[in-house]
Amino acid sequence: MAESGKIDPMHQFAIEPLFGTDHLSIGGFNIAFTNSALYMVAAAVVLWIFVVGGMKRELVPGRWQMAVEYMTGFIKSLLIANVGEGGKKYIPYVFSLFMFILLANLLGLLPLGLVGLHPFTFTSHFTATGVLAIMSFSIVLAVGFYKHGLHFFSLFVPHGTPALMVVPLFFIELVSFMVRPFSLGLRLFVAMTAGHVLLKVLAGFVINSANASPALGLTVGAASFILMIGISALEVLVAVIQAYVFALLTSVYINDAENLH
Amino acid sequence: MPQIAQIAETYSSQIFWLLLTFGFVFFVIGLGMVPKVQATADARDAKITGDLDAAKAAFARADEAEADYRARDAESRAAVQASLAKAKVEAAKASEAKLAAADADIAGRINAAEARIKAATDAAMAEIETVAADAARDMVARISGVNASEDAARNAVKAALAHG
Repeated sequence: MAESGKIDPMHQFAIEPLFGTDHLSIGGFNIAFTNSALYMVAAAVVLWIFVVGGMKRELVPGRWQMAVEYMTGFIKSLLIANVGEGGKKYIPYVFSLFMFILLANLLGLLPLGLVGLHPFTFTSHFTATGVLAIMSFSIVLAVGFYKHGLHFFSLFVPHGTPALMVVPLFFIELVSFMVRPFSLGLRLFVAMTAGHVLLKVLAGFVINSANASPALGLTVGAASFILMIGISALEVLVAVIQAYVFALLTSVYINDAENLH
Repeated sequence: MPQIAQIAETYSSQIFWLLLTFGFVFFVIGLGMVPKVQATADARDAKITGDLDAAKAAFARADEAEADYRARDAESRAAVQASLAKAKVEAAKASEAKLAAADADIAGRINAAEARIKAATDAAMAEIETVAADAARDMVARISGVNASEDAARNAVKAALAHG
């Protein structure tokens, strides 16, 4: 992998077992508690704290309750807009998905390096995003076949298709359907990875240029640092947008399963 | 790229912990807590729409009451006017009747008075005849020395009075 001096921009994605759990395993499969797992637990705990704060169930909500209800209301309107009234029953799943990814993205951006910790973004691993994508895709398949049976295959033949085109179109639509879990999982993984690599490369520029000479440090280093500020803000935006895109596409796919076309 | 380089050692741990944590998030938070939060928000929305509906209904009832009041007002006005007109008609009739009675009374009194005047006139005429007959007998006696009978004198006076 690309090395810039002694700083490896890919090292941030390395998974390391923590607390000596290297060889923890179930049925021969390693389940070491890694830094990645730590951030998954952190995202779950932070989300739990966030939602618990909104459980006061007051008629006139406080700020915290308002924030939690805003998030559930946001997911509700997302589902109603994309799926219709039948989409309300997916609120728990899409809310969990959206908030879990959002918190994972944001927690991975926290500047914990300043206090010597190593922030980790598990959504930059396709093993994690892939599981989430396959989960969403499985729900789509399960709901589609449960609600429509074999009629679900009519999803692959749009209305008004000429008879001659039915077979080729069926396969094209089938391929585009089967690609969904990959695009869903890879999009999140790529967006997170790219942003973090970019930040680390620029940070390497700052450090290496400053180490090389003061003149370089004040020109290249300062310019890179200013650029990093902007990109950090952009990364926060990307963290939110990617979580939103994941939830949005999941609800769009659920719409296919619920209502066909 | 550790994502690919480490995949063999880490995939099972990644999948295990992700399923565990996301399972907690979905079952405890998503299924356990989110519906309650949503129910609170829905209850609030329902309360707001309910209150608005109640206010609208109250408005409608107020409008109804006003219309009712106006109708009853118009009704009682009409009733009052009707009884007023009736009273006027009755009063006019009563005064007409009284006027007629007074007229009849006055006419009766005038008739009686006229009759009395006629009687008096007749009596006076009769007296004048007697007086004239006496005077005529006196004049006849003084002029001719003949004593005219009372009947003759009276007849002569009657004839003279009749010829005017």
